[in-house]
Amino acid sequence: MSDHIILPEGSIEKQTTTLNLGPTHPATHGVFQNILEMDGERVLKSVSTVGYIHRAFEKIAERRPLYQITPLTDRLNYCSSPINNMGWHIACERLLGIQIPKRVDYLRVIIMELARISDHLICNSIVGVDSGAYTGFLYLMQYRELIYEIYEEICGSRLTTTIGRIGGFERNFSPAAFQKLEKFLKEYPRALKEFENLFTRNRIFMERTIGCGPISAERALNYGFTGPNLRAAGVDYDVRVHTPYSSYQDFDFIVPVGSTGDCYDRFLVRNEEMWQSLSIIEQAFQKVKEFKGADAEVFHADAPDYYLPKKKDVYTKMEALIYHFKIVMGEIDMPVGEVYSPVEGANGELGFYLISDGGRTPYRLHFRRPCFIYYQAFEELVKGGMLSDAIITMSSLNLIAGEMDA
Amino acid sequence: MTLTNDIIKLKLTEKFGEELTAWQEPYGMLTFTAPKELNLKVLQFLYDDEELKFRFLTDLQAVHYPGNKGAELAVVYHLHNMIDNVRIRFKVFTDIEKPDVFSATALYKSANWMERETYDFFGVNFIGHPNLIRVLNVEEMDYFPMRKEFPLEDQKRIDKDDEMFGR
Repeated sequence: MSDHIILPEGSIEKQTTTLNLGPTHPATHGVFQNILEMDGERVLKSVSTVGYIHRAFEKIAERRPLYQITPLTDRLNYCSSPINNMGWHIACERLLGIQIPKRVDYLRVIIMELARISDHLICNSIVGVDSGAYTGFLYLMQYRELIYEIYEEICGSRLTTTIGRIGGFERNFSPAAFQKLEKFLKEYPRALKEFENLFTRNRIFMERTIGCGPISAERALNYGFTGPNLRAAGVDYDVRVHTPYSSYQDFDFIVPVGSTGDCYDRFLVRNEEMWQSLSIIEQAFQKVKEFKGADAEVFHADAPDYYLPKKKDVYTKMEALIYHFKIVMGEIDMPVGEVYSPVEGANGELGFYLISDGGRTPYRLHFRRPCFIYYQAFEELVKGGMLSDAIITMSSLNLIAGEMDA
Repeated sequence: MTLTNDIIKLKLTEKFGEELTAWQEPYGMLTFTAPKELNLKVLQFLYDDEELKFRFLTDLQAVHYPGNKGAELAVVYHLHNMIDNVRIRFKVFTDIEKPDVFSATALYKSANWMERETYDFFGVNFIGHPNLIRVLNVEEMDYFPMRKEFPLEDQKRIDKDDEMFGR
């Protein structure tokens, strides 16, 4: 019987198995591939392939006026697109020298922190799913839905938000948006507490994640880690504190750090950041409420060259009509300059390197995508570990294919 | 003592003299140009110096200036001193016909994919890179798409009149 089985050439001598993890494996949570060399259950080597959803944003951006690039930034880290949008707007405002009113800054902070919560809750609950606990994921999902409803109330869309404009927001927050925000602030802490009870001191979860995919602080810095993954390794670097943007210096919050940089620390850091974000949102909400009279109606800066005028004025006033036409047709010449503007994205330092040669479109735009840079360390993180540890490391790094491939 | 741009400039000119040129401070970030043979020396000096401590490579990418004959490609390094929280940027220019630049992978692990990306889109040949292949595009590609001569849109299109809106 065994005479009839023909094995491929070299398969007897070969002691290891090649395993394709991805690009469409459900456990990769995104379109990227790892070719693993396995000895039984152990990973000997991993080669990462990215670029399956590369969309040439940097090239496209060279032919677009600034406001048309905002929808491209949505599609970087699509779990927290408002941070990308705001980061892009802040980069543009830095280049153009637009002063932003305090109230707009605070409204932006609310949106950005909501986005951070929505990103971290997905990441943390996915770590749960990959370690075999589905409940937390489904439980927190309804609060992401609530966050998306707040976005919807403000800008009309949910996932790829294109929220705000250069100079502020397209309209003031509606009372319904504030009501939903209040509802979220009231209900989410309880759910998050329950989620923590489910995981943080859970024996199975701890056994599963402690010591899994660790990285030291030196290695993490050398690999270009930023954000929660770097903080889990013990470096307290946070762009919000180091280079405050959008009035983050007005808020009181803690930057949580871990020590070993393993999956468990990353989980704890993200959890604590959610609490801190909640506190920042509450502070910002208080500050927004303190504006009275005409100040309470401010939702954009005075930047007629870049901020679309009111539709009513476009129909009745000559000047507004001219600005409207020039903005929509992308006919505004930018000042010459080059600016690097970082914001603290959900995954780390999201940087926009924008060079303008005085034309109507960027001469060169480069996105510093945190995911792309720290994914290089994946091979080192999983080497010698088990396959199931590789999966859980992947999800706890929060790799987002859209951000990796730009 | 806080580390200011003036101190950094002073220390760098002390070490490299007239080699470093085009000192600027656009939007507060110290920017200069180094000769391409010196890029690793500058990186190493900035890394090792006890006062400067630029030990984090934030970003690395290239820019194409087709009009700049003999030095068409600029490789741009963004470095960060996390202790004093200072950022600097420096550029090395290289000829597009022979775009050879030394690789920073020995100093920064993170430079690996950033350099691969730069090679992928601009064709900068990083000497000493362990695995210089395309990272985002397909390997069969025979052009470098981010160079300015590579059109985003078919330039021979006749159905579109660019005279009025000139984009």
